[in-house]
Amino acid sequence: MTLLSFWLLYTIIPPIIDWAIINSVWTAGSRKECWDQMPTPGAGACWAFIENRIGLFTYGFYPEPLRWRVNLSFVLFVLAAIPVLTDKLPFRKYGLMYSAAFPFLVGWLLVGGWGLEPVDTDQFGGIMLTLVIGVTGITFSLPIGIALALGRQSKMPVLRMLCVLFIEFIRGVPLITLLFVASTMLNYFLPPGTVFDLLLRVLIMVTLFASAYMAEIVRGGLQAIEKGQHEAGDSLGLSYWQAQRLIVLPQALKIAIPNIVNAFIGLYKDTTLVLIIGLLDILGLGDSSLADLDWAGLANELYLFVALFFFTCCFSMSRYSLYLEKKLHTGH
Amino acid sequence: MSSSSSAEKNPYILLRLWRNEEYRSVFFQILTMVVVFVFLGMIGNNVVTNLEIAGKDFSFGFLNYPAGYDITFQPFIPFAPTDTHFDAAIIGILNTLLVAVSGIILATVMGFTMGILRLSNNWLISRIVYVFLEFTRNVPVLLHILFIYSIFLYVLPVPKRAEPISEIFYLTNRGFFIPAPVFEDGFGFVWIAILIAVAFVFFFVRWAHKVQDETGKTYPVFWISTAVLLGLPLTIFFLSGTPLSWDIPIMKGFNFKGGAAIRPEYIALTFALSYYTSCFIAEIVRSGILAVSHGQTEAAHALGLNSNRTLQLIIIPQAFRVIIPPLASQYLNITKNSSLAIAIGYMDIVATIGGITLMQTGKEMETMMIVLLLYLFFSLLISAFMNWFNRKAALVER
Repeated sequence: MTLLSFWLLYTIIPPIIDWAIINSVWTAGSRKECWDQMPTPGAGACWAFIENRIGLFTYGFYPEPLRWRVNLSFVLFVLAAIPVLTDKLPFRKYGLMYSAAFPFLVGWLLVGGWGLEPVDTDQFGGIMLTLVIGVTGITFSLPIGIALALGRQSKMPVLRMLCVLFIEFIRGVPLITLLFVASTMLNYFLPPGTVFDLLLRVLIMVTLFASAYMAEIVRGGLQAIEKGQHEAGDSLGLSYWQAQRLIVLPQALKIAIPNIVNAFIGLYKDTTLVLIIGLLDILGLGDSSLADLDWAGLANELYLFVALFFFTCCFSMSRYSLYLEKKLHTGH
Repeated sequence: MSSSSSAEKNPYILLRLWRNEEYRSVFFQILTMVVVFVFLGMIGNNVVTNLEIAGKDFSFGFLNYPAGYDITFQPFIPFAPTDTHFDAAIIGILNTLLVAVSGIILATVMGFTMGILRLSNNWLISRIVYVFLEFTRNVPVLLHILFIYSIFLYVLPVPKRAEPISEIFYLTNRGFFIPAPVFEDGFGFVWIAILIAVAFVFFFVRWAHKVQDETGKTYPVFWISTAVLLGLPLTIFFLSGTPLSWDIPIMKGFNFKGGAAIRPEYIALTFALSYYTSCFIAEIVRSGILAVSHGQTEAAHALGLNSNRTLQLIIIPQAFRVIIPPLASQYLNITKNSSLAIAIGYMDIVATIGGITLMQTGKEMETMMIVLLLYLFFSLLISAFMNWFNRKAALVER
């Protein structure tokens, strides 16, 4: 078995290194120029393609002079992530307040209006669009998911039934059909003449979709909390909301952390589906770049680049959840 | 709340009702109902006015009109553009089910293999599997599908330049060409023989189990069953004069004639979905096996079972209880992810009814409703089946 695995490694790794590093070309104007620099056409990776398109892949069709707004958003995003991800930070309370305000701040920064030059959302694209959808979905799906989970556990039959119906319906259909609903059918639900931005519709659908899954995960955590904890809250004279906020939810969420992060990762990967209804995220832009005559046929380079982008994001999220799990582990 | 006069008498009655948990809960529920109904009513009203403005009506009559488009992949029933939208929907459903079922089978096999290899004592093997799993899991499934499909588009040769694999298989960018079996007269006997063999093996295994339970005597069940399953049909096959021939694909013009072609869209979708999902299944299997306490393995060894028998008789049945619920949700995921077919042009239910039919007839409401309800139905069906299986496998305690 060991020999077999060595042989496997030997047949896979050297050609990949040859292709990706030794024979690769980093500067060229088109695929033809790229391949002319190689011993044989296609013997190496043509990273010049990615380099040539990196602006497009990052910002989409965001107007060039306004790209500082996207850059500023990236910086703000990192700043907003820090207080959420780390504790023991001075002034963490204010940091968290900023993080809560962050989605709205960046929404204003990216879309414009109120003093900034407005930018049409159909010019959003690339990594920026992926992050917009992913971060919006992640931020809003958790609170909505918690509300739905509490509703499903509630003693009020009407509320419970509504929550069950909503959750089971969303979980029973693929995201792509919901996106189709958003892009084709949703207009019929709105008063005639309302113009409703496609990106906004997609954001709402993605958030609702993610929150249904989140609700089930939080419910799993809630069910793991024994009844004594609720009763302890009651006997201390806490109201329902106080008991949930101070006693039940902190424990339930702690149990649910690995699954919550997994759901975040799933949601982040699912943002690629928007390319099917015509929003150009990083994968969508890449795929349409493949149709460009100058660069046609460089699928491997492109897919590897996009794969590495997603891998970096998702892998670091899952590592962080492992770290968090260890840190919050209060057992023996 | 009886009347306003009592409220005047006791000004705190509303406040007291509010403080009473039961009344408050009834009040909230009524409020929720009202809000939901008003909301639904508004949506309904909007739909009616919007349909009127657009000059459309709400009916499913379009299902009987000729579809007018061709479906490139129709392995079960033939379809022509003159057939109705309803037929197109049926083809779409069958194609979805085909991907879902073959994907589930393939993913289960690959997932279990990788899950067990991941626990291998061999450091190198478990590391290789780990790296593969981590990389695959953290990349979107749509990317995998597009990547595998791009291999067909850009890497594989056109039919004209395709090199045959052992003379009869051709892997080209138009699909995978394999010889198609042609059943001649007399093959019916072979089918009957297969049925008889299966029935025999079924009863034989039950009988052998009974004998083992009662007397402790064991038979080489596996070998006898294999011999019967293979031997009986083969004997009949040769006795009835080999009533089967193969239609081998032959190059004609720009494409192959004869044989059976498996479309690249189908291969790419099924393969990408199943190896992506198998990574999750591998993790599920691994944690399921790890959940069985080590004492069980030691007990099995102490009873004199070898490692294969231990895995088969002791570990796997117990691990299954942990594995089944998450496995069920992975099966659901494959079924739902098969809707990504539309990205590479595989004609599943979303691509036929939710795609082309929608575009041609402009019936957004009706087509999307059909698609959503169908997926809900499949999901409920799979989860009902897995719940039944879970109950069957669950630990029976006193």
